[in-house]
Amino acid sequence: MLRSNGSCRSYILQPFGAGYPDLLQKFAIFGIFAIGFNILFGLTGYLSFGHAAFLGIGSYTAVWTFKLLSMNPLPAVLLATLLGGLFAALIGFISLRRTGIYFSILTLAFAQMSYNLAYSVLTPITNGETGLQLRQADPRVLDVAFGRDYGAVLPSSDLFGIGMTGYPGFYFCAAVLILCFYISMRIFRSPFGMMLRAVKSIQNRMNYTGLNTRPYALAAFVISGMYAGLAGGLLAVTDPLAGAERMQWTASGEVVLMTILGGTGTLLGPVIGAGAIKYFENIFSAFNESILLNTFNFLPETLQHAVVSIASLFVGEGWYLTLGALFMVIVIFLPGGLMEGVRRIGLVVKRKFGVGQDDNPPAPAE
Amino acid sequence: MASILSVQNVNKRFGGLKALDEVNLEIEPGTVHAIIGPNGAGKSTLLNCFVGRLTPDVGTVTFEGHSLIRLAPHEINQLGVSRVFQTPEIFGDLTLLENVMIPYFAKRDGAFSLNAWKPMAGQNDVRGKAEEMLADVGLGEKHAMVANSLSRGDKRRLELAMCLVQQPKLLLLDEPTAGMARADTNNTIDLLKTIASRGITMVVIEHDMHVVFSLADKISVLAQGYVIAEGAPNDIKGDPRVQEVYLGGAEI
Repeated sequence: MLRSNGSCRSYILQPFGAGYPDLLQKFAIFGIFAIGFNILFGLTGYLSFGHAAFLGIGSYTAVWTFKLLSMNPLPAVLLATLLGGLFAALIGFISLRRTGIYFSILTLAFAQMSYNLAYSVLTPITNGETGLQLRQADPRVLDVAFGRDYGAVLPSSDLFGIGMTGYPGFYFCAAVLILCFYISMRIFRSPFGMMLRAVKSIQNRMNYTGLNTRPYALAAFVISGMYAGLAGGLLAVTDPLAGAERMQWTASGEVVLMTILGGTGTLLGPVIGAGAIKYFENIFSAFNESILLNTFNFLPETLQHAVVSIASLFVGEGWYLTLGALFMVIVIFLPGGLMEGVRRIGLVVKRKFGVGQDDNPPAPAE
Repeated sequence: MASILSVQNVNKRFGGLKALDEVNLEIEPGTVHAIIGPNGAGKSTLLNCFVGRLTPDVGTVTFEGHSLIRLAPHEINQLGVSRVFQTPEIFGDLTLLENVMIPYFAKRDGAFSLNAWKPMAGQNDVRGKAEEMLADVGLGEKHAMVANSLSRGDKRRLELAMCLVQQPKLLLLDEPTAGMARADTNNTIDLLKTIASRGITMVVIEHDMHVVFSLADKISVLAQGYVIAEGAPNDIKGDPRVQEVYLGGAEI
């Protein structure tokens, strides 16, 4: 699908050349991360700024599972999910004593604490700056018990013999994404999901209606923590190493952007937002000055250099500048995210071609 | 008859201000009990002591033998006490139907239920109940609308429906006609009369004497934190103390 715009300049597709399956893996993994985040933020309105902590915890858990138990991704992913949920229960229990900006700051503080702990104090567990890596001498008790021997090479994760890099890795992540999407859909359409939307709407009324809001918010927090842990686990499955930078606040901010960009509180939005950000990140961060010079060589030379020097601010390392601008445009013109854009286009098409003559206003996108 | 809600020696201070001073009150089941009094008399403070928003400094509040002191609002609601707010509090982003289904689920499944796997689409019995209740308060046709788009009077009806769907044993109403036009007020009185005729006990805080005298079986008059008079509407009308304190000596 993404290849269909292949007529344009070659470097747009460059990311898809060498790194195509890697990028697809990222779409799926960050899609899972954003779906989970949306269960918290989209339904209950609690804006967590520390979800990267659970992503990092998932990655560390998965790598440790590889080292100690088995190179099979299933136990790694399962334990990453569980530990993500466990830490979310702890952090959520404390953070959810406050709402609004105070909640956001509490979660941010916890995540930065986790990051610093992983970076320094917990070096025996996290291997600090270098990051946690596999070794040939790791015990891998389950693999040993089942007589699996990786020989003298550094093992990589595999699902009963299928390697978890490249396309097979993507298929694995995609299968998990579909499962996660299905679970999220069930939650959205359940009485529990309705209660979470009620939390967002007005907590006071809920309390006077006989509902205890705290466990509802905590349950949503734990579920989204489990999604984050799972996503972190998958990151380690497709590339078995874990570093502290995965827990940094920029990573927490990224999932917020993905969710808002795609459409907060919609089912599909976060997946689209995650895909869009990872896609553009890949394209824009791959640009460099020589590519830009090439692109604009149809211009007179002085103009070419002026354009390139401006444009180069927005690419490569400066890609976050582009992201910021894109984000501003979306928030100002499409507060409902890309999903609202899709809905508006749908409306226009409907009006133009008179498809579906219902006078009911369209239901808000789910 | 044993009272459903019993308030004994309740005192509440806010700093130097004595908001409630030795308040005693017995609400009898099946009656409409109005609490009236001038601004700052302590009416809302008293109501907030019933629902767990405030805790009295001294005294007891007992509902059907359960002490309500230090219970959380949701625990008090689960005992069977529902409350209508002075400014309607409804789930503004949700549809009317959802607004009424939520309290029904609260009553049926308790204060928390991880009901995350059953689709809403299958909850036909709950939906039916909610639709019925909305029709009852005259909002049946608007059930798919988003609650925020309602007029103020309709929001109040919706809030009433949300309370009634729980079949409360005690319904607390904080100025149910505040800010309403005359016609709307009369509609609300009729609605409340219908509810009262079903045997639901009600406590009404109200400024509007027209509303009070058309609804109440019994009236307590509060002034500066004291209950200065209590009795049937006709007794209260004639009570010189009430006219003195509450109405500045004017005839009702």
